[in-house]
Amino acid sequence: MNVKVRPAITLAERTVSVPSAMIAVLRRDLQVSFRQSQDIFNPLLFFVMVVALFPLGVSPEVEFLRQAGSGILWVAALLATLLALDHLYRHDFDDGTLEQMMLQPQPLFLLVLAKTLAHWLVTGLPLVLLAPVLGVMVHLDGNSIGILCLTLLIGTPVLSLIGSIGAALTLGVRAGGILLSLLVIPLYIPVLIFGTGTVMAAAEGAPVGAYLALMGAFLALALTLAPFASAAALKISLSSS
Amino acid sequence: MWQFFHKLGSPRWFYGIANRFMPWLLVMGLVLTLAGIVWGLAFAPQDYLQGNSYRIIFIHVPSAFLAQSIYVMMASAALVTLVWHMKLADVFVKAVAPVGAVLTFLALFTGSVWGKPTWGTWWIWDARLTSMLILLFLYFGVIALGSAISDAKSSARAVAVLVLVGVVNIPIIKYSVEWWNTLHQPATFKLTEKPTMPAEMWVPLLLVVLGLYLLFGWLAFYRMQTEILDRERRTQWVKALNKPQGAA
Repeated sequence: MNVKVRPAITLAERTVSVPSAMIAVLRRDLQVSFRQSQDIFNPLLFFVMVVALFPLGVSPEVEFLRQAGSGILWVAALLATLLALDHLYRHDFDDGTLEQMMLQPQPLFLLVLAKTLAHWLVTGLPLVLLAPVLGVMVHLDGNSIGILCLTLLIGTPVLSLIGSIGAALTLGVRAGGILLSLLVIPLYIPVLIFGTGTVMAAAEGAPVGAYLALMGAFLALALTLAPFASAAALKISLSSS
Repeated sequence: MWQFFHKLGSPRWFYGIANRFMPWLLVMGLVLTLAGIVWGLAFAPQDYLQGNSYRIIFIHVPSAFLAQSIYVMMASAALVTLVWHMKLADVFVKAVAPVGAVLTFLALFTGSVWGKPTWGTWWIWDARLTSMLILLFLYFGVIALGSAISDAKSSARAVAVLVLVGVVNIPIIKYSVEWWNTLHQPATFKLTEKPTMPAEMWVPLLLVVLGLYLLFGWLAFYRMQTEILDRERRTQWVKALNKPQGAA
């Protein structure tokens, strides 16, 4: 009896390096999103529609829109991000991809970070790119539009990162979407305040450096802490299902 | 010390201990609260500016005080849940979250009743009112998440993560909202400074604060006992509790 024993594969041979695993997750998520392009367009359409409701519902006057415009755009962007958040983990949770991801030797929080980045690229970044058009429609001046886009560029990743925690926590829950909003909206408030505050300050001619620095601080804090919390929440959600 | 620590993990041990503490907490809490409230409402001097309407602080300040510190207590318990997986810690979080929400609501409600004669409006988008409102939202989120997940263990851990994320956010929310808009006066009590009001006013206030803490302790124990009985209803000791004396 001569049993042929396969040589054991060492862990080092089997594993992919951490950066290339992150890139693989990022590419895969982007590819999946582009194939289901509705997931990209629906939040954008929602963003445009919510902004359009304000002139119809409150007042179409130039003065009002100029004053409230940055706030309207920010609130609409926040709601659109919220709407898209449920997709962040949902599909991968349903088909078991997330479980496989958790079994990888790479630290989960880094893979979560890559997933969140991919999610922001397809849901947050388009909002930033669309904002100038809507900014013109609510009669913001050129300078304000520039600042608004800058705050959205710094702020929407924070929204996605904080939201990833909520999305992970509500994975195993029936009708998790509305619960997700309840959990996440209070945590979004500081970003909203400083996002609109920056644009208001710019409109009054005040310097905006400090505001932008604070928003940058939010981003740094969210980048360093949110992936850990999100990964911990994912482990909890997956262990119960 | 370590034995005490291990015992803390045992719901059965806690159930017995709570029974011993609860009457004391209830009696002393009631005495202090009632004394403080009667003193404050009936005997403390009038405020030279606000007249009698200021007296609502004898309810407003203690409930606001407690509402905030309950969240901090919950956060500490949440950390214990995540690090040591201690059952009692998550029983605590689940038991006190609604109490915190009610006290936050009470603080907001009394504040708005006081605001009408003093500021001339029921509600103002002022920094401290807004941050209390956000605290109320956070409490609601914790309660909603806790009741949405049916599995007790993962529900407790998910809630713990949420509470900790919230507690990191609370200072950020507080300062950003303060920057945004401020009308409310600064905090009435600061641990580091001498109170600026006369002793006839702050002593009853302190009594109510202490009394409310003790009453909260009683209520927390009571609710924790209920929660423990519910979770352990299939164990022998809970079944034994339910049997009438002598029937065994």
